[in-house]
Amino acid sequence: MAVRALDRRIVGLGRALRGHGVVVGTSELIDAAAVVDVIGLDRRDRLREGLAAAMLRRAGQRQVFDDLFDVYFPAALGTRAGVPDPADGSPPMTSHEVRVRASALREDLAAALAAADSAALDAVAARTVAELGRLANDATTGPYSAQRALEALAPRTAIAAALERLRDAAEDASGGSGEGSGGAGGGGVGEVGPRFADRFTREELRGAVAAFRRRVEAEARRRNAEVRGVERVARYAVRPPADRTPFLLAGPTELDELRRTIGPLSRTLATRIDVRRRRARRAGIDMRRTLRRSLSTGGVPLAPVPAQRAPARPDLVLLCDLSQSVAGFSRFTILLMQALSAQFRRVRIFGFVNVCDELTETVLAAPAGADLSHAFDDTAAMTRWHHNSDYGTALADFTAHHLDAVGHRTTVLVLGDARTNGTDPHEDDLRSIVECARRVIWLNPEPVRTWGTGDSVAHRYAEIVDMHEVRNLAQLREFVGRLLPV
Amino acid sequence: MPGMTTPTSAGRPARFSSVEEVRHRLDAVGYLVSDATATTVFLADRLGKPLLVEGPAGVGKTELAKAVAAATGAPLIRLQCYEGVDEARALYEWNHAKQLLRITAERDGGGWDALRHDIFTDEFLLPRPLLAAVRSEEPAVLLVDELDKADVEIEGLLLEILSDFQVTVPELGTLTATHRPFVVLTSNATRELSEALRRRCLFLHLDYPDVALEEEIVARAVPELDARLRESVVRLVHRLRDLRLRKAPSVAETVDWARTLLALGVEDDMTEELVVDNLGVLLKHQDDIVRASAALGLDG
Repeated sequence: MAVRALDRRIVGLGRALRGHGVVVGTSELIDAAAVVDVIGLDRRDRLREGLAAAMLRRAGQRQVFDDLFDVYFPAALGTRAGVPDPADGSPPMTSHEVRVRASALREDLAAALAAADSAALDAVAARTVAELGRLANDATTGPYSAQRALEALAPRTAIAAALERLRDAAEDASGGSGEGSGGAGGGGVGEVGPRFADRFTREELRGAVAAFRRRVEAEARRRNAEVRGVERVARYAVRPPADRTPFLLAGPTELDELRRTIGPLSRTLATRIDVRRRRARRAGIDMRRTLRRSLSTGGVPLAPVPAQRAPARPDLVLLCDLSQSVAGFSRFTILLMQALSAQFRRVRIFGFVNVCDELTETVLAAPAGADLSHAFDDTAAMTRWHHNSDYGTALADFTAHHLDAVGHRTTVLVLGDARTNGTDPHEDDLRSIVECARRVIWLNPEPVRTWGTGDSVAHRYAEIVDMHEVRNLAQLREFVGRLLPV
Repeated sequence: MPGMTTPTSAGRPARFSSVEEVRHRLDAVGYLVSDATATTVFLADRLGKPLLVEGPAGVGKTELAKAVAAATGAPLIRLQCYEGVDEARALYEWNHAKQLLRITAERDGGGWDALRHDIFTDEFLLPRPLLAAVRSEEPAVLLVDELDKADVEIEGLLLEILSDFQVTVPELGTLTATHRPFVVLTSNATRELSEALRRRCLFLHLDYPDVALEEEIVARAVPELDARLRESVVRLVHRLRDLRLRKAPSVAETVDWARTLLALGVEDDMTEELVVDNLGVLLKHQDDIVRASAALGLDG
């Protein structure tokens, strides 16, 4: 049986998903092909939903899927109707030309936002990429850059204009002057009078702009895929899912996205920790009591007595590097542990850059779910002499002043990349913490292959404590769910 | 494609003929769906695969199964999962008491061999939801609710049913479904379900409805409410869901809020005092209320 071109597309999409860490097996591909047979190709939105239902297995994978779907099943080929295409050989635009075009596009964007018109937003996105996103020199991913287009357009600046339009439209409607301006046809976003819900308009527009950015990115990928081939774009130009974004490379938006997952994630992890704790309670047979009871049956142990382990929740001490380089990782882990604090008898949190400062009060006094992302910005009490992280001095400071926080029930988690800027690592101090604690575990956000390179002393610390690579949320979840002593 | 089940083949009549029909018939029983959900339901029926539904609490995962049952006029068979649910609760059980009675009644004659074959028959089998769905005389809807609450062992039990729609009872042999049931599994993701189970299902992430759909839902539930007020209500709820709250308001709470406004006789528009006083209808935690008031600028 000949392989259809369509099947080849589906297999390609499946391979691309695998490349981004989504497990797509042969059975999923067979389902996907069956979906195409049943749904047909005439409704693209339904095809998207159908393929998602067949190929995905969990919610966090949807973003990657949507991006890849747009690459493998593009909405259009070549230039879209109504979008002027600068000829290939045309000279690059001067900065003045760019500004003029950007402001014209911004006008249209404001109108489309005010009208909440999906088709118009698509058209503006297509024009933005075609007019502003063209690179003078082709990058490896292709001749168009969403980044560049968005920088030139600055879509956030259209929010004010869109608000203006909505206000005008509302006034026109209430004044009855009947002169319909651009936003008059807008369904959904505010029509009459200043009303209570209108206070949400700005936030709603902000969300719409974020969605517009995604449209521009998708459009740039589509155009690039035509030039560079689908597979290349699928591999390089699609962002990995949130739980695979490396902590060290995550920007503010990605970190915010990650922080959103803390609530549900902590509930899942709490259940898993609970199950493990219950399993650990089964402790085999209590020989002493079994033998004593066997005396009443003539020394034959008829009724074995199961041993019961007393339920014990461990103490947790977090020792976190809060210097710039790893702050994103440390903060996220602190927030996750705060959400899980009910699982421990006591949680204490110490932050350091080169000396230690206790943060327990700040973190635990805050109400659950409160925004703590800026609670650790003030590192003044954790720095002395210079602003670089210095693990040796910090460990020495911890053993000198805070060692009483560590007892035989304590699990110590050290968070950091062990890059100590060339200073003495003070391994002895780490050893004395190990002696006091039940377990000491080090979570390192750097990949294993870079441990011990440059100023990293990770390999030396790794000889003393358990060191785990925790580059992304997926690995952190794995660690907390399986390895964290409970 | 070899080995593929073509839709509506093998004498299995499809429940729905098009995605539009799914929408209309679910609509007719009072369950409004997005096009995405309707597409997935349509596919689950056509491909004969179970549907795994995940999503936040209160978006209507369980209701979806009920609505499909109501729309197709099929009986709904429900297995509510909880910690410790076992084979005897989920699949089948032998009716020991009745078997004992049978043995006592037979004491005089017949002999052991006849008796042994006799007491492991249909008559002494107590079907639990999974077996009931397989043996149902008419095409049924099987709802396995909150699967994540059950232990991992139950998943293994489900695998045979989900892939082949059959149940093996050692004493009786393998029972295959005469009518393939429409299976819906729901999960709140408090536990990761196994890959083996996920692979056998179509996956649907049911999220909160978008503004337009939720307005329609409110309009359906509280038709007396003014259209403009309805829009305000839904936009307020959507804004609240964007905030990071401990418990985001569900669709049911939107409807409750709309009812509250109606009961209070609000006609024109919401006011700040009104929202502050009644935020408790939407939000169930005190700190959520505090945070939401701050974020919406409702302090004064």
